[in-house]
Amino acid sequence: MTAPLTPTAPSAVRPQGGRPLARLVRRPPAVAGALWLAFIVIASLTAPLWLPYPTEQQDFSAVLAGPSPAHWLGTDELGRDLLSRIFAAGGGTLAASTIGAVVAMLVAVPLALIAASGGERVEGVINRVTEVMLAIPAFIIMLAVIGVVGTNMPIIMAIFGFLISSGMYRVFVGAAKSLQAQLYVDAASVDGIRPVGISLKHVLPGMLNTVMVQFALVFAVAIMLQAGLAFIGFGPPIPQPSWGGMIQAASQHVYDAPWMMVPTGIVLALTVLSANVVADALAATTDVPQLQIALREPKRRMRAGASTADTQAAAGEGLRVRALAVGSEAVTLVSDVSLDVRPGRVLGLVGESGCGKTLTALSLIGLLPPGIRPQAGEVLWNGHDLTRLSEREFMRIRGREIALISQEPMRALDPMFTVGYQLGGAIRRLQKVGRAAARAEAAALLGKVGIVDAPTVLRLYPHEISGGMAQRVAIALALAGRPRLLVADEPTTALDVTVQAEILDLLRSIIADTGMSMVLVTHDFGVVADICDDVVVMYAGEVVESGSVHSVLEGPQHPYAMALLAADPHAGVEAESQRLASIPGQVPQPKDWPDGCRFADRCRFSTEACRRPIALTPRRSAEGEVRCIRSAELTAAGVTWAAAPAGVEPERVRIEPERVGAAEAAQAPTRRAEPEEARL
Amino acid sequence: MTIQKAPAAAPAATETAPALRVRDLVVRYGRGRRAAAEPAVNGVTFDIASGETVGLVGESGSGKTTIGKAILGLQRVTEGSVQYRGRDITHASLGERRDLGGELRAVFQDPYSSFNPRRTIGASLIEPLRLRGVSRADAVGRARSMLERVGLPADAVDRYPRQFSGGQRQRIAVARALICDPSLVVCDEAVSALDLSTQAQVLNLLADLRDERGLSYLFIAHDIAVVRFLAQRVLVLYRGQVMESGPAAGVTDAPKHPYTQALTAASPVPRPTEQAERRARREVLVVGGASAAAPTSVGCPYAARCPLATELCRTERPALRPIDDRLVACHYAS
Ligand SMILES: Nc1ncnc2c1ncn2[C@@H]1O[C@H](COP(=O)(O)OP(=O)(O)OP(=O)(O)O)[C@@H](O)[C@H]1O
Ligand code: SF4
Ligand code: SF4
Ligand SMILES: [Mg+2]
Repeated sequence: MTAPLTPTAPSAVRPQGGRPLARLVRRPPAVAGALWLAFIVIASLTAPLWLPYPTEQQDFSAVLAGPSPAHWLGTDELGRDLLSRIFAAGGGTLAASTIGAVVAMLVAVPLALIAASGGERVEGVINRVTEVMLAIPAFIIMLAVIGVVGTNMPIIMAIFGFLISSGMYRVFVGAAKSLQAQLYVDAASVDGIRPVGISLKHVLPGMLNTVMVQFALVFAVAIMLQAGLAFIGFGPPIPQPSWGGMIQAASQHVYDAPWMMVPTGIVLALTVLSANVVADALAATTDVPQLQIALREPKRRMRAGASTADTQAAAGEGLRVRALAVGSEAVTLVSDVSLDVRPGRVLGLVGESGCGKTLTALSLIGLLPPGIRPQAGEVLWNGHDLTRLSEREFMRIRGREIALISQEPMRALDPMFTVGYQLGGAIRRLQKVGRAAARAEAAALLGKVGIVDAPTVLRLYPHEISGGMAQRVAIALALAGRPRLLVADEPTTALDVTVQAEILDLLRSIIADTGMSMVLVTHDFGVVADICDDVVVMYAGEVVESGSVHSVLEGPQHPYAMALLAADPHAGVEAESQRLASIPGQVPQPKDWPDGCRFADRCRFSTEACRRPIALTPRRSAEGEVRCIRSAELTAAGVTWAAAPAGVEPERVRIEPERVGAAEAAQAPTRRAEPEEARL
Repeated sequence: MTIQKAPAAAPAATETAPALRVRDLVVRYGRGRRAAAEPAVNGVTFDIASGETVGLVGESGSGKTTIGKAILGLQRVTEGSVQYRGRDITHASLGERRDLGGELRAVFQDPYSSFNPRRTIGASLIEPLRLRGVSRADAVGRARSMLERVGLPADAVDRYPRQFSGGQRQRIAVARALICDPSLVVCDEAVSALDLSTQAQVLNLLADLRDERGLSYLFIAHDIAVVRFLAQRVLVLYRGQVMESGPAAGVTDAPKHPYTQALTAASPVPRPTEQAERRARREVLVVGGASAAAPTSVGCPYAARCPLATELCRTERPALRPIDDRLVACHYAS
C-alpha cells in the first residue's frame, strides 16, 4: 500500500482510480479501526505467549481490584487477572465470529452469482427460499441449537452465518445483477465462456468490495451476538473466559466494583466499532461505474470576489460574448470564444466531444462545474457582464432571463415529485404567483409544449413518462420564468429522430412566438441545419469558424469544419468512394494544446507557418470569421477534405494518458500515414 | 429475406446456405405471469448472405438489440429459428456455440462498459482464443497483430480500457470480435456513441475489414444514414415487426412504408436549404406524434401514428408483401 496519504487535489474531471485498500488508507478513523482490529487479533492469537497470568489463577489478595502494577486492568470477583482473561477470550470470540462471517459469505455469494447468471426462474426460486429463511427467527433457532449441541461457539456461529446469509444475499444479488448486465459480460458469453467462468472472472471481482463490507458487518454482529449469548448464560463452559460472560459477571458488581465493567466493555465496544468503521470506509470506496459526467452535471457555483453588476447598459440587446476564456486553476479549457446572439435568433455551438461546447454554454448561465470559472473576457447580456455577477445576483437572472435545457431531460426532474408539483413550484418561484394561478399556468405551459392531456401529465411522476415527454416537460420548466434566452445543451441527443424532429419543431414555434433567442449545443450538423440561424464551430476549446448556417455548412472554410462535414454520413456525399472522410488522431487534451493552430497535428494542409498562434480573421467573401492562415488560399482553390482511399489509414494514434501513469502512456509509439498534400 | 429456399438440413450444406437465416423469430421477455404483454420481437424473418451487410433500423425499443441478442444466444428465443451456415443454433448451448469455432461475434454499443475495467486489453482479447485451445504465446501474438490492424499500437495489450478514448475502445472491440476469424459479426450500435470523425474512422475500418475478409455483418443502428453507409440491405423495425426491407439505397432514398418515410424524413441533413425543403415536406405529412403511439393487438402496429391509417389498418394486420425490389408491410404501399 504505497498510496499517498494526502487527498488528491480536486479537479474538474476527477480521476476515480485507486484500489479500495489504498483509498481506505486516506480515512483516519478507518485506519484507526483497522489498526485496532489488527492489534486485537494479534494480541489474542499470541495470548498464550505473553499473558501475565493463567486465566484461571485466582489472586484472593486482589479481588474486584482496580488497575494496579500487578494487574494492569484489575481483577474480577475471584481475583482473576482481567487483562489475561480478555485476551484469552479474544481468540475464541474472534475465531467464532470469523467462522460466522465466512459461512455467511460462502452461502450468500454463490447464491447471488447463481441467481444473477441463472435467469429469471432460478433467481425466482432462490429469492423464494431466502425469503423463507429471512422469516425464520434466528435467535430462537440458535437457542434451540444450543439445546442440542451445547455451547459450542464455532458451530453456533456457523449456523448464525447460515441464517444471516439470506440477508447478505439480498445485498449481493443486486450488485451481481448490475455487473452481469454489463456489456463485457455479453462479450464474454459471445467469446464462449461458460456462465460459471463469467461469474468468477467478471462478476465476482467487481463484487469483492461489497463482500468485504458485508463481511466486516457480519463479523461485528457476530461478536455482539456471542457477547449477548454469554451474557444470558449461553457462553463457553463456565471457567473458560468469554467477553459476554465477563460483562455479565461485571454487571453483578456495577455498584461495588464499577471498574470491572470498563476493560471488557471497552475492548468489546472498540472491536465492534472498528469493524463497522472499516466496513463504512470500504463501502464509501465501492467502485462506481466511471461515467464522465463531471462536466455534464451543473452544480451551483459560488464565485469569490464578486463585484456589483456594472451598469453600462448601452452595449445593446441580446447576448454578446467576447474573448471568453474558461478554466480551472491549473488549466484553461476554453479560450478566445466570441459570439453574438441577437433576439429571436438561434445560434448553434457545434463540435466534437471535449471541444468546450458545454463549458461555453454553462458559462452563459453561471452553472460551471465546481472549480471551473471564467478566466478572461466577458459575457454581455443586455449590456451586463455576467462573468462578474455573484451567485446571488445570478439567481435573479437564471430561470427568469436565461434558462437551461439539458441533454438528460430526466435529470431536470426530481423523481420524487410529480410533474405538476415541480412545474407549479418553479412557476410560483419565478413568477411570484399563488398556488391556483401556478397550477393553471402549468397546464397552459404543458399545452404550449404540445402535451395534449395536461391535467393527467401533471399528476404523473417523471418515471411514468417517456423520454420525449420528459424533454417537453423540461422545456416547459425552462419556459416557466419566461426567459429571453434559452441555453439548450444537446436537447435532442438522447431522443429518437422522430421525437427529435417534434422537439425541434416545438422549439422553433416557441422561438417564433416569443421572440426569445437560443444557444443550442449539438454535435449534429443536421440539427444545426434544421433550426439554427448562425453557427459557431469549436475545436479544442476555441472557435475555429463562425458565420451564418448557410454559408458555413454549405461552404466551410476551415479544414476542421470541412473534415467534419465530409465525415458526416448524413451528408450522403460518399457515394462513389464508399468511404467517409475522417480525421486522423483525436482532439488533443487541454494540457497538450500547442501555441499554434490546435488542429495542426491532424490537418492535411498544415505547414510550418501554422505553428504560430493564429487569430480569427474574416471569412473569404462571406460574413463570419475563421481561424486558419490558409483558409483563403484553400477556399480560393476549391479544396475539400475528401475521403482517403483504403489503406492510407490507419491513422496516427496516441494513447490517452488519461488517468494512469502518464509517463508510461507518453511512450506510445506514434505512426503517421503520409498526409495528402493539398492540390493547389 | 428473399423467397425462402428449401431448408438446408445437413451441416455439410454450408456452401449453399446463407451465413445466417432467421425464421419467424419471436422473443418475449419474462415468463409466466411476468411475461411482457407484447413480444419484443414478433415474427421477424431474414437472411444474411456471405459477405453481405444487413442493417437493422428502428426507434428505441423496436427490438433491434433483442434480435442481435437472440442470434448471439444471449437471449432465449420464444419461437422461430436461427440457422448459422445451415446449422440450427436457435437453442444451441454455449458448448455447441463454442464448437462453431468463434465464427459468430459481436461489437457492442457502449465503448465504456464493453470492457471489464479490471482486466488488461490483452486479457480480454486472448480469452476467446485461449478457450479454443490456442497457446498463450500465439494468442498474445495474434492480439498484437489484430490491434495493429485496427490502427492501435501492439503494446496496447498491456494497458487497461480506461487508458483509451471511446473511439479507440471501439477499435479494440472490433479487434476482439475479429480475433477468432468470424464470418458473421453482430454490430449493435457500434458507432452510435462516437463523435463524427471517430465514427467515420470506425465505419471505414468496418468496411475495409469486411471487404478484406469477406465478413457478413448484422449492423444494428438507430441512425438510418449510418446504416445506409455500411449495409447492402436494411430491415426497418417497428414494435418488433419488420415494416419494410430491401436494398439500403432504395429503402432510405425512396421508402415505401409510411413508417420508413417518417423515419427518413425526420433524420435531418446537414445542408440547410435541403433540410428546409425536407421539413416542409414532413410538415405536410402530418405524422402522428411518437408519443401518441398506443399498442394495438390487431391491425397494423403503426396505425396509431400513421397519417394514412384507415379502418382496415386498425382491424387487419398487413402482411409483408413484395413490392418491386423489397418487402413492405402496409395495406396501401405500392
Ligand atoms: N431484459 C429485458 N427485460 C424485459 N424487457 C426488455 C428487456 N430488454 C428489452 N426489453 C424490452 O423489449 C423491447 C425491445 O427492446 P430492445 O432493447 O431490443 O430495443 P432496441 O431496438 O434495441 O432499442 P434501443 O434503440 O433503445 O437500443 C423494449 O420494449 C424493451 O423495453
Ligand atoms: S492553420 Fe494550418 S494547420 Fe491550422 S487549420 Fe489552417 S492549414 Fe490547417
Ligand atoms: S397498413 Fe395502414 S396504418 Fe399501417 S402503415 Fe400502412 S397505411 Fe399506415
Ligand atoms: Mg439497442
